[in-house]
Amino acid sequence: MELIIDITLLTFLGITALAINRIDKLFCVIMLSGIYSLLCASLFVTMDAVDVAFTEAAVGTGIATVLLLSTIGATDTQQRSAPRRPLFALLVVCATGAILIYGTMDMPAFGDPDAPIHQHVAPRYLQESQQEIGSDNIVTSILSSYRGFDTLGETVVIFTAGLSVVGLIGFRGMQKFGDRQRAAGITQDDMGKHLVLRIVIKMFIPLILLFALYVQFHGDFGPGGGFQAGVIFASGFIFYTLMFGLDAAMRVVSPRTLSYIAALGVLIYGGVGVATLLMGGNFLDYNVLRSNPLQGQHLGIFLIELGVGTTVFSIMVLIFFAFSSRKGLRQ
Amino acid sequence: MDTFLAWASILCIGTGVFLAVTGAVGIFRMPNFFTRLHAASVTDSGCACLLLFGLMLQSGFNLPTIKLCFILIFFLISSPTAAHALSKTALSCGAQPTPSPREER
Repeated sequence: MELIIDITLLTFLGITALAINRIDKLFCVIMLSGIYSLLCASLFVTMDAVDVAFTEAAVGTGIATVLLLSTIGATDTQQRSAPRRPLFALLVVCATGAILIYGTMDMPAFGDPDAPIHQHVAPRYLQESQQEIGSDNIVTSILSSYRGFDTLGETVVIFTAGLSVVGLIGFRGMQKFGDRQRAAGITQDDMGKHLVLRIVIKMFIPLILLFALYVQFHGDFGPGGGFQAGVIFASGFIFYTLMFGLDAAMRVVSPRTLSYIAALGVLIYGGVGVATLLMGGNFLDYNVLRSNPLQGQHLGIFLIELGVGTTVFSIMVLIFFAFSSRKGLRQ
Repeated sequence: MDTFLAWASILCIGTGVFLAVTGAVGIFRMPNFFTRLHAASVTDSGCACLLLFGLMLQSGFNLPTIKLCFILIFFLISSPTAAHALSKTALSCGAQPTPSPREER
């Protein structure tokens, strides 16, 4: 049964990839890339990797699609055709692909219990994380405790990415954005006509934010955590922006505040690490935070997930604001 | 009672699957935007809700059922709204609800 599902999903994945290559209309390409992510998420579910599937669905299907759509507002909707047939590039891609496939020949079979990756640290994670970390969700204990340093790196990467986007695109002319919009005759009344949409979105926004908080604080027990929660929380804000306009959303939280919040998230994460150092442990060794190591782990994971969530949320909204303000400038 | 629930759930899931297939056929075969949207929104609301309800009957009264119930309520509100927004935008962009002679087969 699972084999049939896998084959169907992989076939759809292949068809979607081909369609993305063939279609020139960028709007369709974005929609197809969202479908691609959703198919990937379904594949992850069939492999029992619900945390990864959750992240893929939230990031790939949700926020990436919205960000790409807001980018389209600042560019063209049609793909420019390539000036000539890039035969050399095709050759390079084929050669690299062949080498990569050749490289996989040496790798152990999929799901092989004797594979090196299942012999190294995985047994300890699976068997002893309950006693050492006390978190029901092993993925959370690996992500935030055993591999806390890696996750700190990821958070910093997201922070840096957000800073670079804002640095490159920026909010130049942002103060006059509202005036310009009014001068161009673009008002939010275009969206205001959608009365039903307005009411339903108003109804959903609190639920989305509540669900994000649930995902954030329930990460110890089920799939979820700071990354997914941050993205879902940001999608609530993006919903609001789409419906009520950029100016209204920026009155709720300004880009400057958002950049402070993003830095605060990284600061919380790094601060926990420094605190553990000062209390006599290793960097990000949460055992020393409380007298009881398990309680210390619980507190540490809670704090760093909070840091990850705040950073991801504010960077996502910041990037969306940057792209959306760009759209106004072009008009 | 169990047999009744099992049959009811099979009936729900079966109808849902039927609606999914007819919806998919409709998206390809219908002549213009609004009729296609109708096919899509039947899949969205009718099929998804029936499938979820069938799954709820399968699962019995426990936590997954409550979660499925939340998803069901979400679907019942969100998919008609999406269809409404789409059709309203299409209408304001000048799409005609009745098929023009050119579009009729």
